[in-house]
Amino acid sequence: MTAPQIEIQLIAAIVAAACALPGAFLVLRRMALISDAISHAMLLGIVVGFFLTEDLNSPLLILGATLTGLLTALLVELLNRTGLVREDAAIGLVFPALFSIGVILISRYAGSVHLDTDVVLLGELAFAPFDRVVVAGWDIGPKGLYAGGIILLINAALVALFYKELKLATFDPGLAAALGFSPAVIHYGLMGVTSLTAVGAFDSVGAILTVALFIAPAAAAYLLTDDLARMLLLSAGLGVAAALSGYWLAFLLDASIAGSMATMAGVIFGLAWCFAPERGLLAGQRRRVRQRWEFAQRMLAIHLLNHERQPGAEPELQVEHLWQELRWDREFATRVVSLAEGRGLVTRQNGRLELTDRGRLLAQESLLA
Amino acid sequence: MGDRQNRTVSAVEVQDLTVAYREQPALWDVDLSVPPGVLLAIVGPNGAGKTTLLKAILGLLRPVAGQVLIFGQPVEQQRRRISYVPQRGSVDWDFPTSVLDVVMMGTYGELGWIRRPGRRERERALAALDQVGMRELSDRQISQLSGGQQQRVFLARALVQDADIYLMDEPFQGVDALTERAIVTLLQELRAQGKTVIAVHHDLQTVPEYFDWVMLLNVRRIACGPVSEVFNEQNLRLTYGGRFAMAAFAREVEEAAPAIVTPDRSRSGGGNHGAGAA
Repeated sequence: MTAPQIEIQLIAAIVAAACALPGAFLVLRRMALISDAISHAMLLGIVVGFFLTEDLNSPLLILGATLTGLLTALLVELLNRTGLVREDAAIGLVFPALFSIGVILISRYAGSVHLDTDVVLLGELAFAPFDRVVVAGWDIGPKGLYAGGIILLINAALVALFYKELKLATFDPGLAAALGFSPAVIHYGLMGVTSLTAVGAFDSVGAILTVALFIAPAAAAYLLTDDLARMLLLSAGLGVAAALSGYWLAFLLDASIAGSMATMAGVIFGLAWCFAPERGLLAGQRRRVRQRWEFAQRMLAIHLLNHERQPGAEPELQVEHLWQELRWDREFATRVVSLAEGRGLVTRQNGRLELTDRGRLLAQESLLA
Repeated sequence: MGDRQNRTVSAVEVQDLTVAYREQPALWDVDLSVPPGVLLAIVGPNGAGKTTLLKAILGLLRPVAGQVLIFGQPVEQQRRRISYVPQRGSVDWDFPTSVLDVVMMGTYGELGWIRRPGRRERERALAALDQVGMRELSDRQISQLSGGQQQRVFLARALVQDADIYLMDEPFQGVDALTERAIVTLLQELRAQGKTVIAVHHDLQTVPEYFDWVMLLNVRRIACGPVSEVFNEQNLRLTYGGRFAMAAFAREVEEAAPAIVTPDRSRSGGGNHGAGAA
């Protein structure tokens, strides 16, 4: 690997990890699309900041974009609170308005400024290594690496410091408020962090694909663990995996790095969706099959319990009659009986079924529950 | 009974409280004075403002008029003394966290910002789980809990706060009989310790058995006081709409009638007297 290649991958990995941390909370708070809105709307902030400073490297640009992101969240909230518009519609109304103002400004003054619409929309990670930080004549690395690194540090520090508050306000905003942790403060704090992160991601993957880095790794991590702290680490890890594999996909296909990263984020989510050990599609399917057999065995146990002391109920206890009594398919009944035998729930004597103590216990428990 | 307790400062004092959602009043000029150490049920039809009243007492809603005093002071200064048990359905039970973690959230209030819960908080959470019979399930992921277990977790979380006033929004909603008994026992223990419990309650039949005070609410206060004094047919009809009652409410009142007309609490169960159309 060449030095620029390593640098590009480093930047991509750092940006992806930085996005995944707030992304996890956005997913849990069902606010995934607000990250899309923010990353689009901040185009306006960047353009305005650029007009004011005429310098693409000015920190004012980052500030302007972050403020526009917060403004987006605020406008969505205000519109939603009027009760006349639902939240999804409010998001759909606010960000195109801000975004389009940005687009108009760029197109109107495109001749006089050096701000490329394509780069803004799609990012251009491939050029990142050319933009260097030079201190006292020394080249100390690409700018994107520092910008992303600082944002990742800020995000990690904030999540670590306010982990408890974020968890509480996300799980139970009512209790958070009752305990004196203002959910509004936490909400706008998270929106601010999301905005700042989106500015960082913007440079690398552009406005359109940022949402993939916020949401896909977090949504995959959500399926893979039952623990919030682990979900956060896993989100970051999967984000890094998407970034690195995306880079090499782009290399192989000679295609857009941003597009490939977003694609890999989607692929990683798809894998988790199918194969997650507890919550994945396959696991669910397997569980349903298992439950079906388990339920049938319980039915059998209850059936035997109900009839074992009943005079004249002999046919109910015969393996041969069982399927007719229960209106079961014959093969199904045979399978259930042998499963129950294998588990020591029933025994068979001369074709007559009898509950074991264990089977009786299971039947009684099932009836109680 | 009322006279003696009125001399002490009220645990919860609500004065002329009006709360509105967009000019639509949810509570009209409600007064409420709850002496310390009682179990108070708030009953009323859907949309009567029961949850709104709880939230207003907690200071989560800004009233249009009126005020709430907790032991004679504004709620903002008394947060540590109030514990809140929201409706079970108000949170996402698929949230990636464990039973113990949820119960520990009850300690966050006294920890304040940034400080993390430690071993002491953990011990207290485990003790509270013991109280509700859930200690063995402390590591369980919350999505695996039954409705009754979820409610117990919420109660344990409230117990951890070690408050003086417990505000509960339908603690008996959708729980099994065993959990219902456990909750009732817990409420009585709390009362024995001099705590005040205010619970939104739906089952009119069990009001006399579980609670000693009752507030009948339908946007405005219909009546409030000891169950034996105010929980009668007339007040119920005023609350649930009398001749204007929707069929469901009428039936509910009717079913509750036997318990009401026999104030000695012997719930005959049979008989269909009283509470028909006005």
